[in-house]
Amino acid sequence: MSAPILTVRRLSGRIAGQQVVENVSFEVPATGVTALLGRNGVGKTSTIRSILGLIDRTGEVTLDGHRIDRLPTHRIVQQGVGYVPEDREVFGSLTVGENLRLAERDDRPRRDFVAQLFPDIHDRRAQRAGTLSGGQQQMVSLARALVNENRLLLVDEPTKGLAPKIVDEVAVALAEAARTVPMLLVEQNLHVIRALADRVVVLSGGRVVFTGEAADLLDDEDRIQRYLGVHDADAAAEGSSR
Amino acid sequence: MNDRQTLGSARQTTDAAASDSTTAPAGTAASARRPLWLALGGTALVVLLALLPLLAIDIPGVLPGPTYTPGTLQLLAYAMLIAALALSYRMMFGLAGLLSFGHALFFAAGAYGLGMALDAFAPVEWPSELIFLVSIIVTLVAGLVLGATVGALALRVTGIAFAMVTLAFAQAGSVLIRRNPGGATGGDEGLALDITNVPDALVGVMNTRNLYWVALGVLVLVYLVVLWVEKSRAGHVAEATRENELRVRVLGIRPYRLQLLIFIVASVLAAVAGMGYVLLQSGATPRIATVDFTLNLLVIVVLGGVGYRWGAIVGGIVYTLLDQRLTALAGSDAIAALPDVLRIPLSEPLFILGTLFILVVLFLPGGIAGIPQRMRTGRKQHPAEAEETADA
Amino acid sequence: MSTVVLLVITGLGLGALYFLVASGLSLIYGLMGVLNLAHGSFLTISAFLGWEVGRRVSDGTWLGLAVSALVGIAVGAIVAALTEYLLIRRLYERHIEQALVTVGLSLASVALFEGIWGTDPIYTEKPDWLGQTTVILGAKIPNDRFLLIACALLVLGGIVLFLRRTRYGLIIRAGVENRSMVTALGIDVRRSFTLVFAIGGAAAGLGGVLSSVYYGYVSAHLGSTLLIFAFIVTVIGGLGSLTGAAIASVLVAVLQQFANFYLGGTGDLVVVIALAAVLLVRPRGLLGKVA
Repeated sequence: MSAPILTVRRLSGRIAGQQVVENVSFEVPATGVTALLGRNGVGKTSTIRSILGLIDRTGEVTLDGHRIDRLPTHRIVQQGVGYVPEDREVFGSLTVGENLRLAERDDRPRRDFVAQLFPDIHDRRAQRAGTLSGGQQQMVSLARALVNENRLLLVDEPTKGLAPKIVDEVAVALAEAARTVPMLLVEQNLHVIRALADRVVVLSGGRVVFTGEAADLLDDEDRIQRYLGVHDADAAAEGSSR
Repeated sequence: MNDRQTLGSARQTTDAAASDSTTAPAGTAASARRPLWLALGGTALVVLLALLPLLAIDIPGVLPGPTYTPGTLQLLAYAMLIAALALSYRMMFGLAGLLSFGHALFFAAGAYGLGMALDAFAPVEWPSELIFLVSIIVTLVAGLVLGATVGALALRVTGIAFAMVTLAFAQAGSVLIRRNPGGATGGDEGLALDITNVPDALVGVMNTRNLYWVALGVLVLVYLVVLWVEKSRAGHVAEATRENELRVRVLGIRPYRLQLLIFIVASVLAAVAGMGYVLLQSGATPRIATVDFTLNLLVIVVLGGVGYRWGAIVGGIVYTLLDQRLTALAGSDAIAALPDVLRIPLSEPLFILGTLFILVVLFLPGGIAGIPQRMRTGRKQHPAEAEETADA
Repeated sequence: MSTVVLLVITGLGLGALYFLVASGLSLIYGLMGVLNLAHGSFLTISAFLGWEVGRRVSDGTWLGLAVSALVGIAVGAIVAALTEYLLIRRLYERHIEQALVTVGLSLASVALFEGIWGTDPIYTEKPDWLGQTTVILGAKIPNDRFLLIACALLVLGGIVLFLRRTRYGLIIRAGVENRSMVTALGIDVRRSFTLVFAIGGAAAGLGGVLSSVYYGYVSAHLGSTLLIFAFIVTVIGGLGSLTGAAIASVLVAVLQQFANFYLGGTGDLVVVIALAAVLLVRPRGLLGKVA
């Protein structure tokens, strides 16, 4: 296997003086989808935000062999890290087109690619993003990341709170994106994980408790129960559409 | 969010962890005895201050003359009243994290309130002691009502918006005082104290030492009330709210009422200091109601050290003496002989104090009272920092 | 009728001044969370330097006024940008300390202005036409009101165009809404902080020169007075909202004029009561985002 695109060593994160990520270490391979899993509130989102420097962090993070843990967020992203945040965080007062233009950092942004991937969003360029449905906002958020060539995508709960049909659409878009760029994916929905993930990293109590092939975890009912606190895939799907 | 802050707070926490683990056992034994020592030391200091008018201590360059002279006593009494006012302000800003730009309003309410009450009750057939007492009570009640009204409105918003709203109310008060409605406030000229019903012991230059003792009494009273509030449950909750409002709300406590309580107590204490002021100065000027006056208070509290109760007292006294000495310096021949580029800035005390203040905020976050702590641990820490990271 | 017209147009003129100060305050607060108490000082220094240069070029003429305005705009922008770069930036994200630094700057600068230009107002000359009146619907309107209104409209239009049409404008609008997400898109949002300060400073600088026309004098305290009303305007309009600031400027100033005329000079008090009313009914202001 080739060298990992992202390595995380002894990463700790803190919000308002409170430890939310504790001494986490894992790697993201240079191809495919790595799913970051764990029960609610275990620090998955905080781990992603720590990697990006959006919260106070200590530890060592390297992107393609270069340290990024001392860089401010915007410099990390400029290194080729695309970010799709939890809760989408589109700019509601801006139009869809403005949201996308704001995200363009390459000289030749992949506007056509994004337009093909999300035709619905392309048609709504002039609409204010705040008036879109949750699913459409998620498409905008994905499109913002995909409009640039990235070396790594950090995608945080892209199907949270979406209707099953929209979940499928998002999963298709993610699969399309994953063909060209490695991805670290936080996801609750086991269907989506099954469909997309090659490898999994499981957090518990702020620490990594399992790393391995996705199949090793997903085919093991006992491990799923132990690490994720769900009985089967359906319960997971229910939990995520709350 | 950015590297600078990240590094800064990371360093801070590791230091804190290190010092915790090494000093914890020794610290607990020492801290049991500390309140007693502090209380004894404080009492001794108050006794010393109370004896000052009977002594002839001369500190050239700091005090205008020996401590028994009316001029020096007047200055010291003024400094103590400002320190008392600063203490009440610190309770809001430092403890509860409420950045008010309108605290001068309540000081002015105390000063003008007592002045106007004494004026209004003058013709009544009561003995003058009773009139004096009733005027004080009326002023206190007025301060209470004013504090409750402004606080209840301003606390509907938080943070910087709260600051702006308190500023607006103080400005309204300031305008009202300058307008001189019904000739009650004396407008720009200020209010002259009607001494008909003021006890003789508190009138005249010869009685400055009595006024000095009154000022000392006000300072001690304000200190004790502030201490009591800080140690009370309300104080602890207000402090916790400053650090992390969400966590307090999760516990089912609505911080609004406690913040309002603290706002009201601070307002009444400011009014008490204002009453001392009007007696000491035999009058009040509209300057004490201005926004600039509140800003000076803010300077005092931060200069002294927001994290420390006695910081406000040190700040109040240092600031008043510095202001007085800088004004004297501005008029000196040495300054007059300088070229304009140096003479103009140096002859403006507020320019020097303002610049000093900026430097303290940038480079000495603990203020004067934080210096010993900084020298011991060699680390940067600021009490207000926690709330900043909370909203980042 | 003519009184009402006079009051409305005078209110609009005063509202124009409020807006020139409040627009910068609101943008700075909206994007950076900084309460800038030194904003009045930007205005005052611009008024003084604009006046000093303008009167030397050509006192009391349109040319002199134009020069004053340009100098005022430049001085306001430069002083504000320097303030951000040298003081505010060092305290990144520490909002209370940032406000404290601007408090110190405001106290120190006003004292310095008093040292240089004295404590008394200095009366200024203006082009003759501005001192005359124009009759509209029977009301004699001092001409300087029209200049104020026109300038404020130009500034409003200019800022709106900048925000709508440029990439920096886009970044600023997005940053007011969600600053950390802007950085997460790979944008150094701090660069636009200096820019926002410069724009706010330029508007305040123009406001300084225009207020010396409106009041007929320059003084070390010119900025402090306007700043307080600008604060009220920004809170009523909604922190961070440029449109809110524009609407509230006009409402506050017109209300003030009417109260001064019909309620015996109580304009300032009525404004504060209006603020209290807005806070009771709608604490986030007319167009503010949810706090």
